[in-house]
Amino acid sequence: MAAPDSCPSIKNILLLDSEGKRVAVKYYSDDWPSLSAKLAFEKSVFTKTQKTNARTEAEIVMFDGYIVVYKFIQDLHFFVTGGDDENELILATVLQGFFDAVGLLLRNNVDKRTALENLDLILLCLDEIIDGGIILETEASVIAGKVATHGLDGAASLSEQTISQALATAREHLARSLLK
Amino acid sequence: MAQPFVKKDDDLDEEEEYSPFYGIEKGAVLQEARVFHDPQLDARRCSQVITKLLYLLNQGETFTKVEATEVFFAVTKLFQSKDTVLRRMVYLMIKDLSPSADEVIIVTSSLMKDMNSKTDMYRANAIRVLCRITDSTLLTQIERYLKQAIVDKNPVVASAALVSGVHLLQTNSEIVKRWSNEVQEAVQSRAALVQFHALALLHQIRQNDRLAVSKLVTSLTKGSVRSPLAQCLLIRYTSQVIRESSTNTQAGERPFFDYLESCLRHKSEMVVFEAARAITELSGVTSRELTPAITVLQLFLSSSKPVLRFAAIRTLNKVASTHPLAVTNCNIDMESLISDQNRSIATLAITTLLKTGNESSVDRLMKQITNFMSDIADEFKIVVVEAIRSLCLKFPLKYRSMMNFLSNILREEGGFDYKKAIVDSIVILIRDIPDAKEIGLFHLCEFIEDCEFTYLSTQILHFLGNEGPKTSDPSKYIRYIYNRVILENATVRASAVSTLAKFGAMVDSLKPRIFVLLRRCLFDSDDEVRDRATLYLNTLGTDASVGGTDEDVKDFLFGPLDVPLVNLETSLRNYEASDIPFDINLVPKEVKSQPLAEKKAPGKKAIGLGAPPSGPTTVVDAYEKLLSSISEFSSFGKLFKSCSPMELTEPETEYAVNVVKHIFDGHVVFQYNCTNTIPEQLLEKVTVFVDASEAEEFSEVLTKPLRSLPYDSPGQTFVAFEKPEGVPAIGKFSNLLKFVVKEVDPATGEADEEGVEDEYQLEDLEIVAADYMLKVGVSNFKNAWENMDPDNERIDEYGLGVKESLAETVSAVIDIVGMQPCEGTEVVPNNSRSHTCLLSGIFIGNVKVLVRVSFGIDGSKQVAMKLAVRSEDPEISEKIHEIVAEG
Repeated sequence: MAAPDSCPSIKNILLLDSEGKRVAVKYYSDDWPSLSAKLAFEKSVFTKTQKTNARTEAEIVMFDGYIVVYKFIQDLHFFVTGGDDENELILATVLQGFFDAVGLLLRNNVDKRTALENLDLILLCLDEIIDGGIILETEASVIAGKVATHGLDGAASLSEQTISQALATAREHLARSLLK
Repeated sequence: MAQPFVKKDDDLDEEEEYSPFYGIEKGAVLQEARVFHDPQLDARRCSQVITKLLYLLNQGETFTKVEATEVFFAVTKLFQSKDTVLRRMVYLMIKDLSPSADEVIIVTSSLMKDMNSKTDMYRANAIRVLCRITDSTLLTQIERYLKQAIVDKNPVVASAALVSGVHLLQTNSEIVKRWSNEVQEAVQSRAALVQFHALALLHQIRQNDRLAVSKLVTSLTKGSVRSPLAQCLLIRYTSQVIRESSTNTQAGERPFFDYLESCLRHKSEMVVFEAARAITELSGVTSRELTPAITVLQLFLSSSKPVLRFAAIRTLNKVASTHPLAVTNCNIDMESLISDQNRSIATLAITTLLKTGNESSVDRLMKQITNFMSDIADEFKIVVVEAIRSLCLKFPLKYRSMMNFLSNILREEGGFDYKKAIVDSIVILIRDIPDAKEIGLFHLCEFIEDCEFTYLSTQILHFLGNEGPKTSDPSKYIRYIYNRVILENATVRASAVSTLAKFGAMVDSLKPRIFVLLRRCLFDSDDEVRDRATLYLNTLGTDASVGGTDEDVKDFLFGPLDVPLVNLETSLRNYEASDIPFDINLVPKEVKSQPLAEKKAPGKKAIGLGAPPSGPTTVVDAYEKLLSSISEFSSFGKLFKSCSPMELTEPETEYAVNVVKHIFDGHVVFQYNCTNTIPEQLLEKVTVFVDASEAEEFSEVLTKPLRSLPYDSPGQTFVAFEKPEGVPAIGKFSNLLKFVVKEVDPATGEADEEGVEDEYQLEDLEIVAADYMLKVGVSNFKNAWENMDPDNERIDEYGLGVKESLAETVSAVIDIVGMQPCEGTEVVPNNSRSHTCLLSGIFIGNVKVLVRVSFGIDGSKQVAMKLAVRSEDPEISEKIHEIVAEG
């Protein structure tokens, strides 16, 4: 009987790529105790939503006693999961907050590559939205603001990192093609 | 938007190699983490390494204990750096590593310093990190800061402290409860989210204090709540208060309803929906109260946002189960949702329509659904099938179109669960709608002609064997059944043989032909099939009648197995091959209470293809074994029943004692399970002195003391009573635990030589009529009822006076008679005004008893009950009435 009286709670937030692989995920509930349980959940969320068009408006699906709201952009799939008695619109608000905050942080360049290059920002962003399942903040500009108070030089460091990484991979690529 | 996406697909390979984490390896990153130890910290580099570590963790990589400790210590070094980015990453890393208690100490001082830093960002984050990893001793040290933080003027800091409070309340509730003054102050905060977090924490602190929650709601509903999230919380708390107070003020206006209604006009959709949902879930909601909520939900149905449409239709779907009329206004909107892009919404719309539909609209709906079924997933189809089943039961005249629909979808592609749902539905319709029987059986026959699921084939064959012979032309089914013998696997063949035998037993004209078919089965390649054919040929054969009379044969073929399968299985396992044949009558018949998981799905279980109720009975077996090992009890005969343990002491007292009542035909044995919870004591010569002065028909025959009862290792002592044979005598017994207590040296574990006699008062125990009733279910109540002699039926009506609810009354009556509810009838649907409960059991003396009890409740909560009892002995039927009248 405790559930309907309790505070809204989020079970997990997932950011997956267009093949269902993890970009960043955060679980706040013990419903999925092991890594394999988590991956299985991600797989079924991904396959159930893959064919839908969640690019303009957030979409919603219910299965296995969970409600999942989701939104896609480019090759990134955003998911927010709640229990089946949760207010769907609260979940959608969290999703929108996350989605828009990522957009602000990545300067509207939202795709998998940029997200991975700025993974620290994404992780901080998740940390500022939910704390242990409780909603901390849903306003995208506030979330992004909190992440970016110190993010300016952070971004610079990342672009540098990107260049060195690119060089490294290019070298590797070359080496491999020579070996063939 | 689609274009860049397509482009991405083209150079997918290239893209993957550009990933900053391409080719990342745990070992290498851990090596890199050495930079944390550099005397000259490179903050950027360190942040990058932490990001890599977090990436690995996020991908599901795990660190060994040693690796984690190493990383943790290295990370603590980074507190030296003043770099803000790095500090934030350090916080994340510490949270993800979840350090052990002795490691926590290392970062405590750094985090406490950050908690008092001038940078608000540091303060907020340090609070969250520290509260995440702290324990209670540490918590008392930082409590002062946390209290300050709750009322901090920076909302981020205040929220961090409040949210941490919510988490800490689970583990350190005493400490967090001391903060309620500060939290109270924070509820008045102007910052939206602080108010939300403060309200959540305050409610959790006070949730067990009804009055305080009620006061909180009263003051806040007057309107000082700003954030939509806080408003949603308040709506939840308000409905809780309404729920708890509804019993007191049943008549007149519902308190706080005005508030809920005003929330329907809130500017945030989240709040509007929360309020609408809360109104629909009010217990005993009237249609006048529902109307404004339904109107709001109806508007949401045509929203452009899928989430909003989904939320609205899901709520309407629930309302339609109890108040279908209230939802009919939305029918047009819902019909347009059948073609919704989102299949979840479409399915909910369909099932809601099926609930609200009237007889005239059924055909049109079925047509729409047929188009819709092909493009949804199995799980949705099952929901639709179940909805159609209940619709068909509601409008039995429309069975033809719905039966056709079911048979059509049965022929289409689908998984096991889906097919099973359809078959179950057809079976239920056949049972409940006599007209639908022949056509339904025919569809099932068609289905098994091409059925890939052995389980379904055997279940259908079994059902066919029971129902087929009773139809007007049984012979037409034989072909389908015999085809199975020719074409299927061994399991299906064996069950087809049994079905053939049933036709042979019931329909004399078919007997010779069945014999021919069964003889052919004697040459089957499978043992089981041949065995069954041989058995049936012999039992049915007129010349060599193994089975005895015709009646016996039918009983053998059709009679239910009256022992739970689990009990039979354990008994067979325990049976050792010897000269004594296995006797099925010795198998215990008690059905232990169903495990909780099954209770969750009431009704689902019994309505299927007649699976007999079964449950774990190991406890009963254990008792039986225990008692039979005690020679004194061997003369008492077969154990009739063991009741579940009843506590005779309060929890957490020095000695914990519970009692199990074992009922024999002419005796009762009390088994006292005692536990000594005091490490410094050893108890010896433990007995229970039983005063049976209030139980006249009982006389004590023997006591079996417990020689010694050391600390924390339970032991048993027994007291046996004689009582009149076969009579359900009742009585009250008072108990006194007597023993010799010896001091034990906790260091050496040795007991003193000398002991002191002592006694300990236990609570009373009673033998009630229900103790003489075995909970034994029947698989098909209707059949069992009709097979009982109607002359032994006793019917009476009882006025039960004012009761809280029907559900409560039903469970109270079930407890009084101590019988097994059948077919899920122990569950009373919400808000129903009448209910019929089917009970079955075996009374002492092995008398089968069936009870059909109907309840009705009127507006003033007066409950009336009509009790019909059938049993093998009219006196027992009378007896049940006596029991109920006394209880």
